[in-house]
Amino acid sequence: MLFNEPSPLETKVLTRRFGLPNSDTVDSFLANEGFAAFRKAVTMTPEAIIDEVKKSNLRGRGGAGFPTGMKWGFVPRNSPKPKYIVVNADESEPGTCKDRLLMQYDPLQLIEGMMISALAVGAKRGYIYIRGEYRYLIDIMDRAIADAYAKGWLGQNIQGTGFDFDVFTHTGAGAYECGEESALLESLEGKRGVPRIRPPFPAVAGLWRCPTVLNNVETFASVPSILLMGGEAWANLGSPRNGGTRLFCISGHVNKPGVYELPMGFNLMRMINEVAGGMKGGRHLKAVIPGGSSCPILKAEECDIAMDFDALKAVNSMLGSGGVVVMDETTDMVKVALRIMRFYQHESCGWCIPCREGTLWLKKILTRVEAGMGQRNDPALLHELANNMLGRTFCPLGDAAAMPTISIVEKFRDEFDDYIRRSPMASVAEAETEVPVGV
Amino acid sequence: MTLPQELEQKFSEIIGKYPPEYKKSALVPLLLYSQDALGKITPELVNEVARRVGVFPLQVEEVLTYYSMLHFPKPMGKYHVQICTNVSCQLTGGPELWELACKRLGLGHKEVSADGLISLEEVECIGACSWAPAIQINYDFHHFVTPEKLDELLDNLRQLQ
Ligand SMILES: Cc1cc2nc3c(=O)[nH]c(=O)nc-3n(C[C@H](O)[C@H](O)[C@H](O)COP(=O)(O)O)c2cc1C
Ligand code: FES
Repeated sequence: MLFNEPSPLETKVLTRRFGLPNSDTVDSFLANEGFAAFRKAVTMTPEAIIDEVKKSNLRGRGGAGFPTGMKWGFVPRNSPKPKYIVVNADESEPGTCKDRLLMQYDPLQLIEGMMISALAVGAKRGYIYIRGEYRYLIDIMDRAIADAYAKGWLGQNIQGTGFDFDVFTHTGAGAYECGEESALLESLEGKRGVPRIRPPFPAVAGLWRCPTVLNNVETFASVPSILLMGGEAWANLGSPRNGGTRLFCISGHVNKPGVYELPMGFNLMRMINEVAGGMKGGRHLKAVIPGGSSCPILKAEECDIAMDFDALKAVNSMLGSGGVVVMDETTDMVKVALRIMRFYQHESCGWCIPCREGTLWLKKILTRVEAGMGQRNDPALLHELANNMLGRTFCPLGDAAAMPTISIVEKFRDEFDDYIRRSPMASVAEAETEVPVGV
Repeated sequence: MTLPQELEQKFSEIIGKYPPEYKKSALVPLLLYSQDALGKITPELVNEVARRVGVFPLQVEEVLTYYSMLHFPKPMGKYHVQICTNVSCQLTGGPELWELACKRLGLGHKEVSADGLISLEEVECIGACSWAPAIQINYDFHHFVTPEKLDELLDNLRQLQ
């Protein structure tokens, strides 16, 4: 059974096999276009595969939207070291729940995408790093992998092509930071999930310091349809420079929350009203987090917008990981800001000081505002503190914490002021509220 | 330390996934699967895992304390109830479920019932945002959880004993 009813407005490319029986078996996969893209890829040169992916305008679905073909092109193919394919299935960005479906309903599509990537960069081994909470998905992936080995679609000399490829699952054990690519690699090597300094990037020195392609589940899962349709046709599904479709995870105050596959550039208001059945209880829209909790929030009047990387960047937000969190007029933005900051403070790995201390102080200040003990200068303090974190942390987790805070304080300042007006601490002089230097 | 046969099998399967010179990669999976099979992570297990992957026990502890699903030294209950209150769940009733569970079970965050049967944790996003509010009991997901459904789930846990 699918998790939510599909919408007639969807463009089903990655999800076209969702709901088929025995979807974790090679037989069912083969009967439904499975491995056809791999068969095509084995006849192509690595350059031609990468070219096709470049033409598709596929941009990373994990959050940053980096062009996938270009990333694969950075792998030094003549390096004597082994090369690795690593799938980021850590899916922990609040608001995001799509990789789960891609693994549950079409595990072999992901494996086929990894195989094609391996052909393109000359890798012989791949790991799928799956968050620990997704144990049932590890079991599904393991079953699909075992069946692929049994039927000669993984292992040595796959289908007589001379191509060797092994795939393994690896479980995480609860850490948002392990979704960050370099922390993921540390974790996969059996260490604490602390980020690495870059450069070198994973393409050059990744898993065990070897050249590594690291992409999100959905990114790899897109690759087979790109090869089947041709890069250009796939690109044309989406908007300019934003190829294809993507899985949008709509949550919050809508009538039909769910994961829907829509073309890149689909209008956000249509997404809310036509795909997700409109606002719950007929209430008014207040705000939307467009791409997971790290993305700056949009006010209702900003939501008539094409959902692609460039359009959101133009309004100083981000498409991120596709988690669209819809909030109605009853939503308390101070509470939302606090909950988001509690998350980042909990998940900060503690490695670098601006992130570790910054998230802690932001949480403390938001906590006192929400508890009715806010001081007059608190909104300005939140704003300044968050701004001081931007670009100064070892990995982007610090930015991910600061950006939504800045946007919520800026766009919903009156709600913070309302809380503070009722606070007995409201008149405390500014000098006393300053965060002491050196703390 | 001798391990139950099934776990022993899992150990060799997991260690076999990595090149022999990098078997340290198996560390976290070994600990998590052991915790599931044995109910807790003990100092003996830490030593055993250290021996298997060729590191010092202190290195195992260093890694172990980083991951929120690995509970050491205090184990969680046989049924670990995890309630998400992150943003999508916050908007749809997660915090209310959390309060209800605290009251019903008489437990707080990461607390375990006296008989060791049930434990409670307020968790971060579990990847069920479009079907929120969501909870997990051990590895089982429950979507669109209402207060009534939560009551029923907690009742069932008592009976499962
Ligand atoms: C704190 C943090 C958490 C992240 N979590 C995830 C995640 O859970 N899944 C994911 O695919 N990417 C995540 N990313 C992005 C990855 O670092 C990386 O950019 C991505 O996996 C690359 O794949 P892509 O190019 O296919 O998007 C995270 C980044 C940061 C900074
Ligand atoms: S926010 Fe609760 S499951 Fe994602």
